[in-house]
Amino acid sequence: MSITIPIGPQHPALKEPISLKMTFDGEIIKDADIRLGYNHRGLEKLFEGKSYVQNIYVTERICGICSHSHTTCFVNGVEKLLGIEIPKRASYIRMLIGELERVHSHLLWLGVAGHEAGFESFFMYTWRDREIVMDILEESSGNRVHYAINTIGGVRRDIDETQRTRILNSLKILKERTDYYKNLGTTEPSFVARLSGIGILPREQALSLCSVGPTLRASNIDMDVRKDDPYLAYDEVPFEVSTADTCDVLGRTVVRIKELFQSYNIIEYILRNLPAGDIKAKVPRKVPAGETVSRYEAPRGENIHYIKSNGTEKPERLKVRAPTLANYPATVAMLKNGFIADIPLIFAAIDPCICCAERMVEVKDTKTGRAEIKTFDELKKYSRDFYKNHKKIKKDTVWPF
Amino acid sequence: MIEKIIKWSRLKSPWVLHLNTGGCNACDIELLAALMPRFDVERFGILSKATPRHADVLVCIGPLTRQTKDRVVRIYEQMPEPKFVIAVGACAMSGCVYRGAYNIVGGVDQVLPVDMYVPGCPARPDAIIDGIVKLLTKIGKG
Repeated sequence: MSITIPIGPQHPALKEPISLKMTFDGEIIKDADIRLGYNHRGLEKLFEGKSYVQNIYVTERICGICSHSHTTCFVNGVEKLLGIEIPKRASYIRMLIGELERVHSHLLWLGVAGHEAGFESFFMYTWRDREIVMDILEESSGNRVHYAINTIGGVRRDIDETQRTRILNSLKILKERTDYYKNLGTTEPSFVARLSGIGILPREQALSLCSVGPTLRASNIDMDVRKDDPYLAYDEVPFEVSTADTCDVLGRTVVRIKELFQSYNIIEYILRNLPAGDIKAKVPRKVPAGETVSRYEAPRGENIHYIKSNGTEKPERLKVRAPTLANYPATVAMLKNGFIADIPLIFAAIDPCICCAERMVEVKDTKTGRAEIKTFDELKKYSRDFYKNHKKIKKDTVWPF
Repeated sequence: MIEKIIKWSRLKSPWVLHLNTGGCNACDIELLAALMPRFDVERFGILSKATPRHADVLVCIGPLTRQTKDRVVRIYEQMPEPKFVIAVGACAMSGCVYRGAYNIVGGVDQVLPVDMYVPGCPARPDAIIDGIVKLLTKIGKG
């Protein structure tokens, strides 16, 4: 006999509102159904009413953890449409902030993984070290979370000599701390035992379910947009794509720790080879008509923005495909045949960013289970017809008082 | 005498429930950072709780979406009296940049009585601590 248990929208294991409907057979998960929509704000419609410059700050607020990924992805696309080349120094600073963001996001994730595995002191350690990165980010951009450093044609703030030396000094401490995390597995066998063999995603399944980012790389596939389709100046920076071959949560942890070291090296390279020059190019306000797709390797995986311009100051369409949305089918596959106690850990392992993924509205007939896409006009017509033909609604009832 | 003890314990151990009503995660991580070693909000006796039934203070983050609207009220009703609500961030106060989006109701104060507002986009951890301490002072006086 199987039982169905709903988890969420508010649940101790979840930091953001999402609903998981799980079917269990005893202790074992038989099926999982992910329901979205609690965090849907209607941003894609909002983009259409704002100018490109205003949209930089709205795209930033798609997500608070990978805010720089979304703005960079957006401005890269707009610059592609404009057909301009941004100054070298600007693209280096963009990369610098992007890598610092990756470091803070991965440290954050390591802590959350420790928390879900019942290793609270690890949680506290990583979040303490994360504050070092937050200080760097605050010093170089002016804010701890929403950096607002991007603008169309370049960046808004420059990195000076004092900041450069201070970041390099902080990197030394971070490297030392990450070395400690790297050696953690040898001293804490219980932590490794908790993570290994959980949430298995075989190589073929990872490919067929289109997972992205560390989830994909932990299944031993070396795909990284920074390497495969270099944007900004990633083709000049030497780095390696980190992979693991265990295909489980342990592999995802290993990939993220490896990526931390790669990011430190990239940051060091950027700071030592920062080209001189302007930080912003002059750009027109109107963007010529056309469409483009922009790709970016966010901390969670590949982020895609599709921008359609109609020659005015406002975009006609801006479609966002955040990495978490791409990882949901893989999560369902990972959850199947696992244990109840592993749900938070498996779900946390994709580093879910629910606010990123809340992008689409699907109309589903609850009786037939058929999903269909309706335009707004069709939806309006449907609701009018529904109330017109609905027998249960009594019409013309007078309020008896 | 008993009332004095109750008030003392209420002031020294306010347990908070962190609730995302549709926000962008930024204030969430800043609130979590406030619980971490550097800012260490626990020295005021503040503990993050996972269930509304254990919580004294509801910390709301993010603009109120249509989908979470009823659920927020339900979670608020599950909390034991006396209960307090803190709206953290510009979104929870008024809707911030999301104002005008079709799925946004507005700030949390549209459905809940808010006792303290913490501004910022996102609100810094020190601002959040300041807000919570100010609320505690308010409770202590009232």
